[in-house]
Amino acid sequence: MSEMRGPAGPGGPSVVCKCECDDVFLSKVEKVVSSYRGRPEDLVQALHDVQSLRNYLPREALRVVARTLDVPESRVYGVATFYSMFSTSPRGRHIIRICESAPCHVAGAAEIIDSLLDELGVEMGGTTSDRMFTVETSSCLGVCGVAPAIMIDDVVYGNLLAEDLPAILRRYR
Amino acid sequence: MAFYRAHVLVCGGFPCVAAGCRAVRDAIERSVKEHGLEREVRVVETGCLGPCDLGPIVVVYPEGTVYARVTVGDASEIVDEHLLKGRAVRRLEYTGHLPSVSLTDDKRTDYFEVQERIVLENVGLIDPDSIEEYIGRDGYHAAGVALTSMSPDEVIETIKSSGLRGRGGAAFPTGVKLGFTARAGADQKYIVCNADEGEPGTFKDRLILEGDPHKVIEGMVILGYSVGASMGYVYIRGEYYLSIERIERAIEEARKYGLLGADMFGSGFNFDIEVKKGAGAYVCGEETALIESMEGKRGEPRQKPPYPGTCGLWGKPTVVNNVETIANVPPIIRSGADWFRQFGTPTSPGTKVYTLTGDVNNKGLIEVPMGITLREVIYGVGGGIPGGRRFKMAQTGGTAGGCLSEAHLDIPMDYENLQKAGSALGSGALLIIDDSHCIVDIACTLLRFFEHESCGQCTPCREGTRRLCDIFRKTRELAATEDDLKLARELAEVMQSSSLCALGQSVAVPLFTIMDHYADEIEAHLEGCCPAGVCRRLPTGADEAVCATSQTGGGIK
Amino acid sequence: MSDIALTIDGKSVCASLGMTILDAARTVGIRIPTLCWHEDLGKPSVCRVCVVEIEGQNTLQPACSYPVSQGMVVRTNTPKVRKARRMAVELLLAHHPDDCLSCQRNLKCELQQLAADFGIREIRFERVLRELPKDESSPSLVRDADKCINCRRCIEACEDVQGVAVLSTANRGFDSVVLPAFGDDLNSVVCVFCGQCTLACPTGAIAERDDTRRVWDALADPEIHVIVQTAPAIRTSLGEELGLPAGTVVTGKLVAALRRLGFDRVFDTDFTADLTIMEEGHELLERIEKGDAPLPLLTSCSPGWINFIERFYPDLLPHVSTCKSPQQMFGAVAKTYYAEHAEIDPGRLFVVSIMPCTAKKYECVRPEMRSSGFQDVDVVLTTRELGRMIREVGIDFESLSEEDYDDPLGISTGAAAIFGATGGVMEAALRTVYAVVTGTELPEDGMEFHDVRGLDGIKEAAVEIEGATIRAAVAHGLSNARKVMERISAGDAPWHFVEIMCCPGGCVGGGGQPIGTVMSSRADRGEALYEVDRDMPLRTSHTNPAVLKLYEEFLGRPLSERSHELLHTHYTAKKS
Repeated sequence: MSEMRGPAGPGGPSVVCKCECDDVFLSKVEKVVSSYRGRPEDLVQALHDVQSLRNYLPREALRVVARTLDVPESRVYGVATFYSMFSTSPRGRHIIRICESAPCHVAGAAEIIDSLLDELGVEMGGTTSDRMFTVETSSCLGVCGVAPAIMIDDVVYGNLLAEDLPAILRRYR
Repeated sequence: MAFYRAHVLVCGGFPCVAAGCRAVRDAIERSVKEHGLEREVRVVETGCLGPCDLGPIVVVYPEGTVYARVTVGDASEIVDEHLLKGRAVRRLEYTGHLPSVSLTDDKRTDYFEVQERIVLENVGLIDPDSIEEYIGRDGYHAAGVALTSMSPDEVIETIKSSGLRGRGGAAFPTGVKLGFTARAGADQKYIVCNADEGEPGTFKDRLILEGDPHKVIEGMVILGYSVGASMGYVYIRGEYYLSIERIERAIEEARKYGLLGADMFGSGFNFDIEVKKGAGAYVCGEETALIESMEGKRGEPRQKPPYPGTCGLWGKPTVVNNVETIANVPPIIRSGADWFRQFGTPTSPGTKVYTLTGDVNNKGLIEVPMGITLREVIYGVGGGIPGGRRFKMAQTGGTAGGCLSEAHLDIPMDYENLQKAGSALGSGALLIIDDSHCIVDIACTLLRFFEHESCGQCTPCREGTRRLCDIFRKTRELAATEDDLKLARELAEVMQSSSLCALGQSVAVPLFTIMDHYADEIEAHLEGCCPAGVCRRLPTGADEAVCATSQTGGGIK
Repeated sequence: MSDIALTIDGKSVCASLGMTILDAARTVGIRIPTLCWHEDLGKPSVCRVCVVEIEGQNTLQPACSYPVSQGMVVRTNTPKVRKARRMAVELLLAHHPDDCLSCQRNLKCELQQLAADFGIREIRFERVLRELPKDESSPSLVRDADKCINCRRCIEACEDVQGVAVLSTANRGFDSVVLPAFGDDLNSVVCVFCGQCTLACPTGAIAERDDTRRVWDALADPEIHVIVQTAPAIRTSLGEELGLPAGTVVTGKLVAALRRLGFDRVFDTDFTADLTIMEEGHELLERIEKGDAPLPLLTSCSPGWINFIERFYPDLLPHVSTCKSPQQMFGAVAKTYYAEHAEIDPGRLFVVSIMPCTAKKYECVRPEMRSSGFQDVDVVLTTRELGRMIREVGIDFESLSEEDYDDPLGISTGAAAIFGATGGVMEAALRTVYAVVTGTELPEDGMEFHDVRGLDGIKEAAVEIEGATIRAAVAHGLSNARKVMERISAGDAPWHFVEIMCCPGGCVGGGGQPIGTVMSSRADRGEALYEVDRDMPLRTSHTNPAVLKLYEEFLGRPLSERSHELLHTHYTAKKS
């Protein structure tokens, strides 16, 4: 992990970027967003693409997005913090999304959530110490027919029982 | 086209993907090859077959035999026994209700008779990745007819007289909506397909897009022609990976076949479609929030007027329609308004796709005519409530819909009657809840959802969703007072009357129906008792209140 | 526009197409309470305080944005409406600190006013505060996000009016809050410190840094000689801060009040405004004649504008005049020429500025602004802070007799007074440039250049001088400045000289002006400055006798070495 110093703000102290933004990463970001140059309307799409690189949106990457799409940084930050699929803080290699909505709740989601958090030893929204998993709640995953369900990255596991969890998680370890 | 003596349909709906259908498909294909049957037997991954909790589902035609919960290990047995020896594998056979199969199956049960398939006519029967199969089932015929032999006004008139109403929740007459945009003068207009399906308990749009993407494209082409729009967008939930993949591939195919692009059907009409991904915000299902999001902004609803029909995307006239609404358009154009009106009720013609979830034996996707009763759905299609428990509550239309009690089991489900009962048809979600659940706990879950999804723009919703959560959490902890609930009601009334968009306005719908239909059960919580035995007082060191009726599992008498 | 007949609270109202219910109600004296609405800004329609009932609709609608239509029947006073409005305010209060009595905006807070008007006596919800850190990083502004009510007026002021876009709503739902990008502090983002957000904010969520304590301390110290300068715009805006109508000229009372507060000498920034014209006018002529520096020449008096170009258009910095602003010229002259003149150790000389501006607070602490060997200007107070000091000691401002500025740094001309209005610097410069080039004075009736006056965002003028044409442009409000900069960048700038003022209306509309500043009060204050100009015996900077004496005794001539040392500066690109 490298720490990178951000450019100094006007008249202010320089800001230390705590994210893992090395030049190689930032040039990847530039490449990914270059097709959206000067297109503010593609901000959400650009953030999807950038996030796919590291599972979250590092600060320096957002600045590249702002510059390339010609959107103020404050606006980019506002959009990045609005949508629940985006994260501005580092996350694990795999994102586990749990549905907390009524259909899953009725089917026993609470128990699944407790077991999952227990199994991973994290709080809701937290990342495991090995940085493998981040657990987030999601509004409906749209697989209510197989509730309760969790989604790991783009794969859904439905009709879950608490005892299924260890085996599922093992596939990712 | 080559002739196959048998087709093996593997359900490729997302829930079945979740259940591992792809490995099953691969295993069957492998086994088919091993037996040298690949020229006789075709293996197809298809759209949703309906009963999602039975996946992975495999159907073998021409017999129409349904195999449920098939594993990789079962693949060779199905091939050996059924395809080679012609003997169904009884062990895996599913003899219950399977909606899509019923169309070709003469073993109809009572239940199948209530289903009519317009929107889902191809879902589960064709390979969604094959434009040829869609065309083979009259696909793009309606677009061709509309573009070459109908005027835009005639298209709108047909849709108007069909009585089709928006299937996304607001139930606005589709033809009228098209009329607004058609009349608006502008150099550019847009058609937007709202596939931001975020209503909990709803997954119909996903399964339509995954099972029959070309139908949505065709619908958009027709709508574009009717209002004079040359560009369409499908705004789709970012989490719907498979839907995105399928619709993108379908758009690509349609372009190749000249069914999108310039001068379609030699009519001089140009139309193209682009996919825009959402990023996790329920409120983007609201049409103006969706438009904001498409413009690369926070998905915050706009104050209306102006309405999108005259001032939408980039300030241009824009028609925003739900996936299901759009999927109704090609059949209406193909078969006419009168044909459409024979289904459903006079004021709510057509069918409705419901997604049945919660405490029912058969969960999944069904398409039934408007006006069917809740009882028919739960005890017919739904196969009743598992474990011999009693029905307690049904929420129609998703989280923002009303909660119906036993007294409402026999009201016909259409726009008017549900509205009278304080609910709404909404997105078509039907959540069934049995008597093991506590109504206060359910209310907390619903309110938590709104709190999480409020965009935060207007005061009543931003602050109110949190405050309602607080009050009901307190009630769940058996610590609330009558004043708290009075305040909750007043707050919800204000949210209903003065929130900026439908999200804040509709919190009151489930809340009031719950507070009205389950007043006694809520009252008990104020007295320190949860009749369903679900809620607990937070440990404070004080003596635990003894609740006489708790843990009995019985509903409120 | 076609007439639209509607009914509001039983009264027939005749409105025109495009009017909102709020507009229409005002025409018949029906006042609908508002909170997120601001007359100069957009219509966010988010606070839901102005909701009204419209016959035939189930939901209430915001009067601030809902358009009138033929036959509409509106009710602004029904139980449903009152309940919704009270609830909105109650919800906001439950989420808001209750330190009103010690809040900078006490008695000038729109939320407080609504709570008072609605008679809210009880907040039935549990008080929940965000407990976000207070941002005191900048020398100009203090942001207290806990007091933010998400009305978004600051965002509009920053993004739409100023085109700076430092602020945006971040997060979602109950956690929504207006923040700079990444939640950074204002000093480390591209904020130009113009303070327009402080005028837009209905509460105390963003305000000027209050420096009155430091001034009181200096005034109380017998060892320190405290002098004060007043910017041109103060004389037509301080009255408003103290309850007089917008645009009242209070020059004499202002001087008298400052003496009552205990300042040892009361001087006028107008003096150095005249000096600025001498320097800048000659700089312009030199650039035109020599052609060794790029044209158009851009003015440099407005510190918010300087911050803007340093951050957003650093490539164009060579266009900017090297002249310091009048405030900083004053500081430099005061701590050298005046100190020498009055035989005061500049180390014991304390220079206070009364400015309509929050960016001046930042300007005075810039490291470049120490050409006297000391910090040239010690403290900048805004109009609002001066108003606070006057109220604190109970000066009855209205009944004060008028007094005159002290010599010599209090002598000025009409050309300097109009610096406070957009176009004023340009007009003052043209008067002097004309005289310098032709050797003759403009006739009294040809003194006024009306093309550069008024509140149009971008104004242009062409002035014939001895057969040559001087082309000028004037922009105010940074979004207009941005348009001009884009044209210069594109090589599409036919002008020789461009005046840019950061704030809408120029300094009369500055971010340090009275709370409640709107476009119409900006116009009134500007008009009043032109009135001051008309009433002055001298109306051109080069005829200011004190300025001429300063050149004679101290500086030599415009653009002399000493001038450069004291009165000119340089700029630095500040990458965002």
